[in-house]
Amino acid sequence: MSPTRAGLVESVLRVEKPGLLTTIQDLGRPGHRKFGVPPSGAMDRFALAAANRLVGNPEGAAALECALTGPTLLALQPCLVAVTGADFTPTVNGAKIPLWTGVYLPAGGRLSFAGRRSGARCYISVAGGLAASRWLASASTYLLVEKGGFEGRTLEAGDSLGLGAPAPRPLIAGRHLARRLRPDYSREPALDAIVGPHHARLSRASRSVAWKASFEVSRDADRMGFRLEGPQLEVTGSELLSIGLTAGAVQLPIGGQPILLMADHQTAGGYPVILAVTRAALPLAAQLLPGDRLSFREVSVTDAQQRWRAQWLGLDEIA
Amino acid sequence: MTERTWPLGDAAMLVELGSRIDTALNARCHALAAALEKRSGVREAFAGYSTVTVHYDPERTSYSALRAAIGKLLQTKPRVGPSGRLHRIPVTYDGPDLAESAQLLGMTIAELVALHAKPIYRVFMVGFVPGFAYLGPLPAALNLPRRRVPRTHVPAGSVAIAGEQTGIYPLPTPGGWHLLGRTSMPMFLPDNDPPSLLQPGDRVKFHPIGTP
Repeated sequence: MSPTRAGLVESVLRVEKPGLLTTIQDLGRPGHRKFGVPPSGAMDRFALAAANRLVGNPEGAAALECALTGPTLLALQPCLVAVTGADFTPTVNGAKIPLWTGVYLPAGGRLSFAGRRSGARCYISVAGGLAASRWLASASTYLLVEKGGFEGRTLEAGDSLGLGAPAPRPLIAGRHLARRLRPDYSREPALDAIVGPHHARLSRASRSVAWKASFEVSRDADRMGFRLEGPQLEVTGSELLSIGLTAGAVQLPIGGQPILLMADHQTAGGYPVILAVTRAALPLAAQLLPGDRLSFREVSVTDAQQRWRAQWLGLDEIA
Repeated sequence: MTERTWPLGDAAMLVELGSRIDTALNARCHALAAALEKRSGVREAFAGYSTVTVHYDPERTSYSALRAAIGKLLQTKPRVGPSGRLHRIPVTYDGPDLAESAQLLGMTIAELVALHAKPIYRVFMVGFVPGFAYLGPLPAALNLPRRRVPRTHVPAGSVAIAGEQTGIYPLPTPGGWHLLGRTSMPMFLPDNDPPSLLQPGDRVKFHPIGTP
Protein backbone atom coordinates (compact mmCIF):
# COMPACT_ATOMS: atom_id res chain seq x y z
CA MET A 1 0.00 0.00 0.00
CA SER A 2 1.32 3.39 -0.90
CA PRO A 3 1.52 5.86 1.95
CA THR A 4 -0.91 8.74 1.85
CA ARG A 5 0.52 11.95 0.48
CA ALA A 6 1.77 14.35 3.08
CA GLY A 7 -0.97 16.64 4.31
CA LEU A 8 -3.77 14.50 2.90
CA VAL A 9 -5.87 12.23 5.02
CA GLU A 10 -7.26 9.29 3.12
CA SER A 11 -10.96 8.88 3.86
CA VAL A 12 -11.91 5.41 4.93
CA LEU A 13 -15.48 5.71 6.18
CA ARG A 14 -18.35 8.01 5.36
CA VAL A 15 -20.95 8.70 8.02
CA GLU A 16 -24.42 8.05 6.55
CA LYS A 17 -26.22 8.22 9.90
CA PRO A 18 -24.36 9.56 12.90
CA GLY A 19 -26.20 7.83 15.76
CA LEU A 20 -27.37 9.72 18.81
CA LEU A 21 -24.03 10.78 20.29
CA THR A 22 -21.01 9.45 18.44
CA THR A 23 -17.61 10.97 19.24
CA ILE A 24 -13.98 10.18 18.57
CA GLN A 25 -12.22 9.11 21.77
CA ASP A 26 -8.91 7.62 22.86
CA LEU A 27 -7.50 6.73 26.28
CA GLY A 28 -7.66 10.34 27.40
CA ARG A 29 -5.85 13.56 28.00
CA PRO A 30 -3.92 13.19 31.25
CA GLY A 31 -1.72 15.86 32.77
CA HIS A 32 -4.00 18.88 32.40
CA ARG A 33 -6.28 18.58 35.41
CA LYS A 34 -4.37 21.44 37.04
CA PHE A 35 -5.80 23.76 34.37
CA GLY A 36 -9.27 22.36 34.86
CA VAL A 37 -9.10 20.04 31.85
CA PRO A 38 -10.55 16.59 32.56
CA PRO A 39 -8.93 13.40 31.25
CA SER A 40 -11.87 12.69 28.87
CA GLY A 41 -11.30 9.68 26.59
CA ALA A 42 -13.44 6.56 26.38
CA MET A 43 -15.95 6.06 29.20
CA ASP A 44 -15.28 2.30 28.85
CA ARG A 45 -11.51 2.37 28.40
CA PHE A 46 -11.22 -1.40 28.28
CA ALA A 47 -13.69 -1.71 25.40
CA LEU A 48 -11.85 1.00 23.42
CA ALA A 49 -8.46 -0.62 24.06
CA ALA A 50 -9.82 -4.05 23.09
CA ALA A 51 -11.40 -2.68 19.90
CA ASN A 52 -8.02 -1.29 18.93
CA ARG A 53 -6.08 -4.46 19.69
CA LEU A 54 -8.58 -6.52 17.68
CA VAL A 55 -7.63 -4.62 14.53
CA GLY A 56 -3.90 -4.48 15.29
CA ASN A 57 -3.79 -0.88 16.58
CA PRO A 58 -2.04 0.46 19.66
CA GLU A 59 -4.48 0.39 22.58
CA GLY A 60 -4.89 4.16 22.66
CA ALA A 61 -5.60 4.79 18.96
CA ALA A 62 -8.52 7.09 18.16
CA ALA A 63 -11.81 5.20 17.73
CA LEU A 64 -15.54 5.91 17.91
CA GLU A 65 -17.63 5.92 21.07
CA CYS A 66 -21.35 5.58 20.29
CA ALA A 67 -23.92 6.19 23.01
CA LEU A 68 -27.32 4.46 22.87
CA THR A 69 -27.45 4.01 19.10
CA GLY A 70 -24.80 3.17 16.56
CA PRO A 71 -24.01 5.03 13.34
CA THR A 72 -24.27 3.81 9.75
CA LEU A 73 -20.82 3.89 8.17
CA LEU A 74 -20.03 3.30 4.50
CA ALA A 75 -16.55 1.90 3.71
CA LEU A 76 -14.85 4.02 1.04
CA GLN A 77 -12.01 1.52 0.87
CA PRO A 78 -11.49 -1.97 2.26
CA CYS A 79 -10.83 -1.83 5.99
CA LEU A 80 -10.79 -3.84 9.16
CA VAL A 81 -13.12 -2.84 11.99
CA ALA A 82 -14.06 -4.14 15.42
CA VAL A 83 -17.09 -3.37 17.59
CA THR A 84 -16.86 -3.80 21.36
CA GLY A 85 -18.65 -2.71 24.53
CA ALA A 86 -22.44 -2.46 24.41
CA ASP A 87 -24.44 -4.70 22.08
CA PHE A 88 -26.32 -2.54 19.59
CA THR A 89 -26.60 -5.50 17.16
CA PRO A 90 -23.85 -4.59 14.68
CA THR A 91 -24.35 -5.68 11.07
CA VAL A 92 -22.36 -5.52 7.83
CA ASN A 93 -24.58 -5.16 4.77
CA GLY A 94 -27.48 -6.32 6.93
CA ALA A 95 -25.85 -9.50 8.23
CA LYS A 96 -25.10 -9.69 11.94
CA ILE A 97 -21.43 -9.59 12.89
CA PRO A 98 -19.90 -10.72 16.16
CA LEU A 99 -18.85 -8.25 18.87
CA TRP A 100 -15.25 -8.22 20.17
CA THR A 101 -14.01 -9.53 16.81
CA GLY A 102 -12.03 -8.04 13.93
CA VAL A 103 -14.31 -7.88 10.86
CA TYR A 104 -13.35 -7.17 7.24
CA LEU A 105 -15.38 -4.42 5.61
CA PRO A 106 -15.09 -4.37 1.81
CA ALA A 107 -15.20 -1.12 -0.15
CA GLY A 108 -18.89 -0.20 -0.43
CA GLY A 109 -19.74 -2.26 2.65
CA ARG A 110 -21.99 -0.77 5.29
CA LEU A 111 -21.54 -1.12 9.03
CA SER A 112 -24.83 -0.38 10.75
CA PHE A 113 -26.69 -1.28 13.93
CA ALA A 114 -30.05 -3.00 14.21
CA GLY A 115 -30.86 -1.83 17.73
CA ARG A 116 -29.68 -1.74 21.30
CA ARG A 117 -29.82 -5.06 23.13
CA SER A 118 -27.71 -4.20 26.16
CA GLY A 119 -25.29 -1.61 27.48
CA ALA A 120 -24.94 2.11 26.86
CA ARG A 121 -21.80 2.66 24.78
CA CYS A 122 -20.22 0.73 21.95
CA TYR A 123 -16.81 1.32 20.42
CA ILE A 124 -15.80 1.04 16.77
CA SER A 125 -12.14 0.82 15.83
CA VAL A 126 -10.59 0.83 12.36
CA ALA A 127 -7.20 -0.64 11.52
CA GLY A 128 -4.79 2.29 11.37
CA GLY A 129 -6.86 4.29 13.88
CA LEU A 130 -8.95 7.34 13.03
CA ALA A 131 -7.51 10.67 12.04
CA ALA A 132 -8.51 13.27 14.60
CA SER A 133 -7.78 16.79 15.65
CA ARG A 134 -5.66 16.59 18.75
CA TRP A 135 -6.04 19.00 21.63
CA LEU A 136 -3.47 18.99 24.44
CA ALA A 137 -1.94 15.79 23.05
CA SER A 138 -5.14 13.74 22.84
CA ALA A 139 -7.70 12.90 20.16
CA SER A 140 -10.55 12.70 22.71
CA THR A 141 -13.55 14.84 21.97
CA TYR A 142 -14.35 17.15 24.88
CA LEU A 143 -17.76 18.51 23.97
CA LEU A 144 -17.95 21.16 26.70
CA VAL A 145 -15.21 23.17 24.99
CA GLU A 146 -15.67 21.73 21.48
CA LYS A 147 -12.11 20.47 21.23
CA GLY A 148 -10.42 17.28 20.02
CA GLY A 149 -11.76 14.41 17.94
CA PHE A 150 -13.83 15.40 14.90
CA GLU A 151 -13.78 19.22 15.01
CA GLY A 152 -14.64 19.00 18.71
CA ARG A 153 -18.16 17.75 17.99
CA THR A 154 -20.33 14.67 17.61
CA LEU A 155 -20.37 13.06 14.18
CA GLU A 156 -22.92 14.22 11.62
CA ALA A 157 -24.26 12.66 8.43
CA GLY A 158 -21.88 13.32 5.55
CA ASP A 159 -18.69 13.44 7.65
CA SER A 160 -15.74 11.56 6.18
CA LEU A 161 -13.42 9.78 8.59
CA GLY A 162 -9.77 9.42 7.68
CA LEU A 163 -7.11 7.04 8.91
CA GLY A 164 -4.63 8.26 11.50
CA ALA A 165 -1.92 5.98 10.10
CA PRO A 166 -1.73 3.51 7.22
CA ALA A 167 -3.53 0.30 8.24
CA PRO A 168 -1.13 -2.55 9.02
CA ARG A 169 -1.19 -4.98 6.05
CA PRO A 170 -2.35 -7.61 5.48
CA LEU A 171 -5.70 -6.94 7.16
CA ILE A 172 -6.29 -9.93 9.40
CA ALA A 173 -9.96 -10.41 10.23
CA GLY A 174 -11.22 -12.78 12.90
CA ARG A 175 -9.08 -11.77 15.86
CA HIS A 176 -11.31 -12.29 18.88
CA LEU A 177 -11.48 -11.60 22.60
CA ALA A 178 -12.83 -14.64 24.43
CA ARG A 179 -16.05 -14.13 26.39
CA ARG A 180 -14.39 -14.90 29.74
CA LEU A 181 -11.97 -11.99 29.18
CA ARG A 182 -14.70 -9.40 28.59
CA PRO A 183 -16.07 -7.21 31.38
CA ASP A 184 -19.03 -8.77 33.15
CA TYR A 185 -21.51 -6.10 32.04
CA SER A 186 -24.83 -6.03 33.86
CA ARG A 187 -27.80 -3.72 34.40
CA GLU A 188 -27.24 -4.10 38.12
CA PRO A 189 -23.51 -4.42 38.75
CA ALA A 190 -21.73 -4.43 42.09
CA LEU A 191 -18.88 -2.02 41.45
CA ASP A 192 -15.55 -2.58 43.20
CA ALA A 193 -14.78 0.55 45.18
CA ILE A 194 -12.23 1.82 47.67
CA VAL A 195 -13.04 3.69 50.86
CA GLY A 196 -12.65 7.40 50.10
CA PRO A 197 -10.93 10.22 51.99
CA HIS A 198 -14.15 11.50 53.56
CA HIS A 199 -15.81 8.16 54.27
CA ALA A 200 -15.40 8.77 57.99
CA ARG A 201 -17.67 11.81 57.67
CA LEU A 202 -20.62 9.56 56.87
CA SER A 203 -22.93 9.02 59.82
CA ARG A 204 -22.68 5.53 61.30
CA ALA A 205 -25.97 4.49 59.71
CA SER A 206 -25.04 5.94 56.32
CA ARG A 207 -21.70 4.14 56.40
CA SER A 208 -23.36 0.76 56.26
CA VAL A 209 -26.09 1.93 53.87
CA ALA A 210 -23.50 3.20 51.36
CA TRP A 211 -22.11 -0.31 50.94
CA LYS A 212 -25.38 -2.23 51.14
CA ALA A 213 -27.88 -0.12 49.23
CA SER A 214 -28.68 -0.26 45.58
CA PHE A 215 -28.62 3.10 43.77
CA GLU A 216 -30.45 3.99 40.59
CA VAL A 217 -28.72 5.88 37.79
CA SER A 218 -30.84 9.05 37.38
CA ARG A 219 -31.71 10.89 34.17
CA ASP A 220 -28.86 13.22 35.03
CA ALA A 221 -26.15 10.91 33.66
CA ASP A 222 -23.65 11.88 31.00
CA ARG A 223 -19.93 11.80 30.22
CA MET A 224 -19.25 14.11 33.19
CA GLY A 225 -20.86 11.87 35.75
CA PHE A 226 -23.95 10.05 36.98
CA ARG A 227 -26.20 11.47 39.64
CA LEU A 228 -27.43 8.48 41.66
CA GLU A 229 -30.72 8.09 43.48
CA GLY A 230 -31.20 5.94 46.53
CA PRO A 231 -31.35 6.16 50.27
CA GLN A 232 -30.29 9.56 51.55
CA LEU A 233 -26.74 9.51 52.91
CA GLU A 234 -25.70 11.86 55.68
CA VAL A 235 -22.32 13.44 56.25
CA THR A 236 -21.27 15.44 59.26
CA GLY A 237 -18.63 18.11 59.74
CA SER A 238 -17.81 21.47 58.25
CA GLU A 239 -17.67 22.37 54.56
CA LEU A 240 -14.56 21.05 52.83
CA LEU A 241 -12.07 22.93 50.72
CA SER A 242 -12.09 21.81 47.09
CA ILE A 243 -9.72 18.97 46.22
CA GLY A 244 -8.45 17.47 42.99
CA LEU A 245 -10.74 14.70 41.75
CA THR A 246 -10.53 11.61 39.60
CA ALA A 247 -12.90 9.51 37.50
CA GLY A 248 -14.60 6.95 39.72
CA ALA A 249 -14.77 9.25 42.73
CA VAL A 250 -18.20 9.25 44.38
CA GLN A 251 -19.05 12.67 45.79
CA LEU A 252 -21.83 13.37 48.21
CA PRO A 253 -23.41 16.80 47.69
CA ILE A 254 -25.52 18.51 50.33
CA GLY A 255 -28.74 16.83 49.18
CA GLY A 256 -27.36 13.38 50.15
CA GLN A 257 -27.62 11.80 46.68
CA PRO A 258 -24.20 10.68 45.41
CA ILE A 259 -22.54 11.60 42.12
CA LEU A 260 -20.22 9.14 40.37
CA LEU A 261 -17.62 11.04 38.36
CA MET A 262 -16.89 9.81 34.84
CA ALA A 263 -14.45 10.65 31.99
CA ASP A 264 -15.29 14.35 31.51
CA HIS A 265 -15.53 14.96 35.26
CA GLN A 266 -14.95 18.28 36.97
CA THR A 267 -11.31 18.26 38.05
CA ALA A 268 -11.89 19.80 41.48
CA GLY A 269 -14.77 19.91 43.89
CA GLY A 270 -15.63 20.50 47.50
CA TYR A 271 -18.16 17.78 48.28
CA PRO A 272 -17.03 14.86 50.45
CA VAL A 273 -15.63 11.93 48.47
CA ILE A 274 -17.02 8.92 50.29
CA LEU A 275 -15.59 6.21 48.04
CA ALA A 276 -14.03 5.70 44.62
CA VAL A 277 -14.88 3.09 42.00
CA THR A 278 -11.81 1.20 40.76
CA ARG A 279 -10.38 1.41 37.25
CA ALA A 280 -11.35 -2.20 36.51
CA ALA A 281 -14.98 -1.52 37.53
CA LEU A 282 -15.44 1.74 35.61
CA PRO A 283 -16.23 -0.07 32.32
CA LEU A 284 -19.22 -1.66 34.09
CA ALA A 285 -20.41 1.79 35.17
CA ALA A 286 -19.85 3.19 31.66
CA GLN A 287 -22.41 0.73 30.29
CA LEU A 288 -25.24 1.85 32.60
CA LEU A 289 -28.26 3.88 31.53
CA PRO A 290 -30.75 5.92 33.54
CA GLY A 291 -32.96 3.43 35.39
CA ASP A 292 -30.19 0.85 35.78
CA ARG A 293 -29.00 0.14 39.30
CA LEU A 294 -25.62 -0.25 40.94
CA SER A 295 -24.12 -1.03 44.30
CA PHE A 296 -20.64 -0.72 45.75
CA ARG A 297 -18.42 -3.56 46.98
CA GLU A 298 -15.40 -2.72 49.10
CA VAL A 299 -11.97 -3.83 47.86
CA SER A 300 -8.43 -2.99 48.91
CA VAL A 301 -6.15 -0.84 46.77
CA THR A 302 -3.83 -3.77 46.02
CA ASP A 303 -6.69 -6.11 45.10
CA ALA A 304 -8.12 -3.44 42.82
CA GLN A 305 -4.78 -2.94 41.10
CA GLN A 306 -4.44 -6.70 40.68
CA ARG A 307 -7.90 -6.92 39.08
CA TRP A 308 -7.08 -4.11 36.66
CA ARG A 309 -3.83 -5.86 35.72
CA ALA A 310 -5.64 -9.16 35.14
CA GLN A 311 -8.33 -7.41 33.06
CA TRP A 312 -5.84 -5.71 30.76
CA LEU A 313 -3.56 -8.77 30.50
CA GLY A 314 -6.56 -10.39 28.85
CA LEU A 315 -5.86 -8.20 25.82
CA ASP A 316 -2.67 -10.19 25.25
CA GLU A 317 -4.82 -13.26 24.65
CA ILE A 318 -6.41 -11.74 21.56
CA ALA A 319 -5.72 -14.24 18.82
CA MET B 1 4.43 18.91 59.23
CA THR B 2 1.86 16.19 59.77
CA GLU B 3 0.30 15.13 56.54
CA ARG B 4 -2.54 12.67 56.12
CA THR B 5 -3.03 10.47 53.06
CA TRP B 6 -5.91 8.43 51.68
CA PRO B 7 -6.39 6.40 48.53
CA LEU B 8 -8.58 8.05 45.90
CA GLY B 9 -9.38 4.91 43.95
CA ASP B 10 -6.63 2.51 42.87
CA ALA B 11 -4.46 4.94 40.88
CA ALA B 12 -4.61 8.17 42.86
CA MET B 13 -4.16 9.41 46.40
CA LEU B 14 -5.10 12.48 48.38
CA VAL B 15 -2.47 14.16 50.57
CA GLU B 16 -3.82 16.67 53.09
CA LEU B 17 -1.41 19.20 54.56
CA GLY B 18 -4.02 21.26 56.37
CA SER B 19 -7.61 22.43 56.19
CA ARG B 20 -7.42 26.21 55.89
CA ILE B 21 -7.31 28.70 53.05
CA ASP B 22 -3.82 30.01 53.60
CA THR B 23 -1.26 31.32 51.14
CA ALA B 24 1.78 29.66 52.73
CA LEU B 25 -0.01 26.31 53.06
CA ASN B 26 -1.17 26.49 49.45
CA ALA B 27 2.37 27.36 48.30
CA ARG B 28 3.61 24.22 50.10
CA CYS B 29 0.99 22.16 48.24
CA HIS B 30 2.12 23.55 44.89
CA ALA B 31 5.77 22.90 45.79
CA LEU B 32 4.96 19.32 46.81
CA ALA B 33 2.95 18.75 43.62
CA ALA B 34 5.82 20.06 41.47
CA ALA B 35 8.35 17.83 43.28
CA LEU B 36 6.08 14.78 42.93
CA GLU B 37 5.60 15.33 39.22
CA LYS B 38 9.35 14.81 38.77
CA ARG B 39 9.14 11.28 40.21
CA SER B 40 8.80 8.30 37.96
CA GLY B 41 5.41 6.68 38.22
CA VAL B 42 3.64 9.96 39.01
CA ARG B 43 1.39 10.93 36.12
CA GLU B 44 0.08 14.17 37.51
CA ALA B 45 -0.11 15.99 40.83
CA PHE B 46 -2.94 18.46 41.42
CA ALA B 47 -2.46 21.00 44.19
CA GLY B 48 -5.69 22.06 45.88
CA TYR B 49 -6.01 24.70 48.62
CA SER B 50 -4.45 22.53 51.29
CA THR B 51 -4.17 19.16 49.55
CA VAL B 52 -2.40 17.41 46.69
CA THR B 53 -4.11 14.78 44.58
CA VAL B 54 -1.47 12.48 43.13
CA HIS B 55 -2.33 10.40 40.06
CA TYR B 56 0.11 7.52 39.76
CA ASP B 57 0.83 4.49 37.64
CA PRO B 58 0.52 1.45 39.92
CA GLU B 59 2.72 -0.51 37.50
CA ARG B 60 5.61 1.83 38.29
CA THR B 61 5.11 2.91 41.88
CA SER B 62 2.85 2.15 44.81
CA TYR B 63 0.71 3.94 47.35
CA SER B 64 3.14 3.10 50.15
CA ALA B 65 6.25 4.13 48.17
CA LEU B 66 4.60 7.45 47.39
CA ARG B 67 3.55 8.00 50.96
CA ALA B 68 7.15 7.49 52.09
CA ALA B 69 8.43 9.85 49.39
CA ILE B 70 5.92 12.51 50.41
CA GLY B 71 7.03 12.29 54.04
CA LYS B 72 10.62 12.93 52.94
CA LEU B 73 9.74 15.74 50.56
CA LEU B 74 7.85 17.54 53.30
CA GLN B 75 10.89 17.55 55.59
CA THR B 76 12.71 19.96 53.28
CA LYS B 77 11.73 23.59 53.45
CA PRO B 78 10.05 24.62 50.20
CA ARG B 79 11.49 27.39 48.12
CA VAL B 80 9.04 30.26 48.00
CA GLY B 81 8.33 31.03 44.38
CA PRO B 82 7.83 34.57 43.08
CA SER B 83 4.23 35.79 43.15
CA GLY B 84 2.49 35.51 39.82
CA ARG B 85 0.98 38.04 37.46
CA LEU B 86 -1.57 40.59 38.62
CA HIS B 87 -4.77 40.52 36.55
CA ARG B 88 -7.21 43.44 36.68
CA ILE B 89 -10.67 42.11 35.83
CA PRO B 90 -13.64 44.40 35.07
CA VAL B 91 -16.91 43.17 36.62
CA THR B 92 -20.49 44.29 36.11
CA TYR B 93 -22.17 43.58 39.44
CA ASP B 94 -25.68 42.62 38.34
CA GLY B 95 -25.79 38.89 39.12
CA PRO B 96 -29.03 37.04 39.91
CA ASP B 97 -27.89 36.31 43.48
CA LEU B 98 -26.56 39.79 44.27
CA ALA B 99 -29.61 41.08 46.14
CA GLU B 100 -30.26 37.82 47.98
CA SER B 101 -26.60 37.48 48.98
CA ALA B 102 -26.54 41.03 50.33
CA GLN B 103 -29.67 40.31 52.32
CA LEU B 104 -28.29 37.01 53.70
CA LEU B 105 -25.07 38.80 54.65
CA GLY B 106 -26.94 41.67 56.26
CA MET B 107 -25.51 44.45 54.12
CA THR B 108 -26.44 46.65 51.20
CA ILE B 109 -25.62 45.72 47.62
CA ALA B 110 -23.18 48.63 47.48
CA GLU B 111 -21.39 47.36 50.59
CA LEU B 112 -21.23 43.84 49.16
CA VAL B 113 -19.77 45.09 45.87
CA ALA B 114 -17.23 47.30 47.63
CA LEU B 115 -16.12 44.46 49.91
CA HIS B 116 -15.86 41.94 47.08
CA ALA B 117 -13.84 44.26 44.85
CA LYS B 118 -11.48 45.44 47.59
CA PRO B 119 -8.90 42.65 48.09
CA ILE B 120 -6.19 41.40 45.79
CA TYR B 121 -7.05 37.70 45.62
CA ARG B 122 -4.64 34.82 45.13
CA VAL B 123 -5.23 32.04 42.58
CA PHE B 124 -5.11 29.02 44.89
CA MET B 125 -5.79 26.52 42.12
CA VAL B 126 -7.36 26.09 38.71
CA GLY B 127 -9.90 23.32 38.42
CA PHE B 128 -13.54 22.27 38.14
CA VAL B 129 -13.67 23.10 34.39
CA PRO B 130 -10.99 24.48 32.05
CA GLY B 131 -9.84 27.88 33.24
CA PHE B 132 -11.84 28.06 36.49
CA ALA B 133 -9.60 29.74 39.09
CA TYR B 134 -10.34 29.39 42.77
CA LEU B 135 -9.62 32.81 44.26
CA GLY B 136 -9.35 33.82 47.89
CA PRO B 137 -9.38 34.42 50.66
CA LEU B 138 -12.74 36.15 50.56
CA PRO B 139 -13.38 38.70 53.36
CA ALA B 140 -15.00 36.86 56.28
CA ALA B 141 -18.04 39.17 56.08
CA LEU B 142 -18.87 37.66 52.67
CA ASN B 143 -18.86 33.99 53.63
CA LEU B 144 -21.98 32.14 52.52
CA PRO B 145 -22.43 28.37 52.20
CA ARG B 146 -22.89 27.00 48.66
CA ARG B 147 -26.43 27.08 47.32
CA ARG B 148 -28.40 24.10 48.57
CA VAL B 149 -29.54 23.22 45.06
CA PRO B 150 -26.85 23.95 42.45
CA ARG B 151 -27.95 25.71 39.25
CA THR B 152 -27.90 23.46 36.19
CA HIS B 153 -26.76 26.37 34.03
CA VAL B 154 -24.45 29.20 35.04
CA PRO B 155 -23.51 31.58 32.19
CA ALA B 156 -19.85 31.95 31.18
CA GLY B 157 -18.20 34.97 32.77
CA SER B 158 -20.26 34.79 35.98
CA VAL B 159 -18.40 36.10 39.02
CA ALA B 160 -19.43 34.15 42.09
CA ILE B 161 -18.74 33.48 45.76
CA ALA B 162 -19.00 30.45 48.07
CA GLY B 163 -17.50 29.99 51.52
CA GLU B 164 -14.14 31.75 51.64
CA GLN B 165 -13.81 31.54 47.87
CA THR B 166 -14.59 33.62 44.85
CA GLY B 167 -14.22 32.73 41.19
CA ILE B 168 -15.24 33.29 37.58
CA TYR B 169 -17.11 30.63 35.59
CA PRO B 170 -15.15 30.36 32.31
CA LEU B 171 -17.80 28.30 30.50
CA PRO B 172 -21.53 27.71 30.77
CA THR B 173 -21.68 24.91 33.35
CA PRO B 174 -23.71 23.78 36.33
CA GLY B 175 -22.66 25.52 39.54
CA GLY B 176 -23.55 25.96 43.18
CA TRP B 177 -21.96 29.33 43.93
CA HIS B 178 -23.75 32.66 44.41
CA LEU B 179 -23.64 34.77 41.25
CA LEU B 180 -22.75 38.39 41.99
CA GLY B 181 -21.83 39.70 38.55
CA ARG B 182 -20.12 39.02 35.25
CA THR B 183 -17.03 39.84 33.25
CA SER B 184 -16.39 39.71 29.52
CA MET B 185 -12.71 38.84 29.97
CA PRO B 186 -12.14 35.28 28.67
CA MET B 187 -10.74 32.88 31.28
CA PHE B 188 -10.49 29.79 29.05
CA LEU B 189 -7.93 30.15 26.25
CA PRO B 190 -8.37 27.01 24.16
CA ASP B 191 -5.52 27.73 21.78
CA ASN B 192 -2.95 28.25 24.54
CA ASP B 193 -1.11 25.61 26.53
CA PRO B 194 -1.91 25.89 29.38
CA PRO B 195 -5.41 26.89 28.25
CA SER B 196 -6.14 29.07 31.29
CA LEU B 197 -5.67 32.84 31.66
CA LEU B 198 -5.20 32.53 35.42
CA GLN B 199 -2.42 30.35 36.81
CA PRO B 200 -1.87 29.17 40.37
CA GLY B 201 0.00 31.88 42.29
CA ASP B 202 -1.35 34.70 40.09
CA ARG B 203 -3.21 37.60 41.75
CA VAL B 204 -6.58 39.04 40.79
CA LYS B 205 -8.21 42.41 41.46
CA PHE B 206 -11.84 43.02 40.48
CA HIS B 207 -12.90 46.43 39.20
CA PRO B 208 -16.63 47.27 39.31
CA ILE B 209 -17.86 48.81 36.07
CA GLY B 210 -21.25 50.17 35.11
CA THR B 211 -22.88 49.06 38.35
CA PRO B 212 -26.54 49.99 38.07
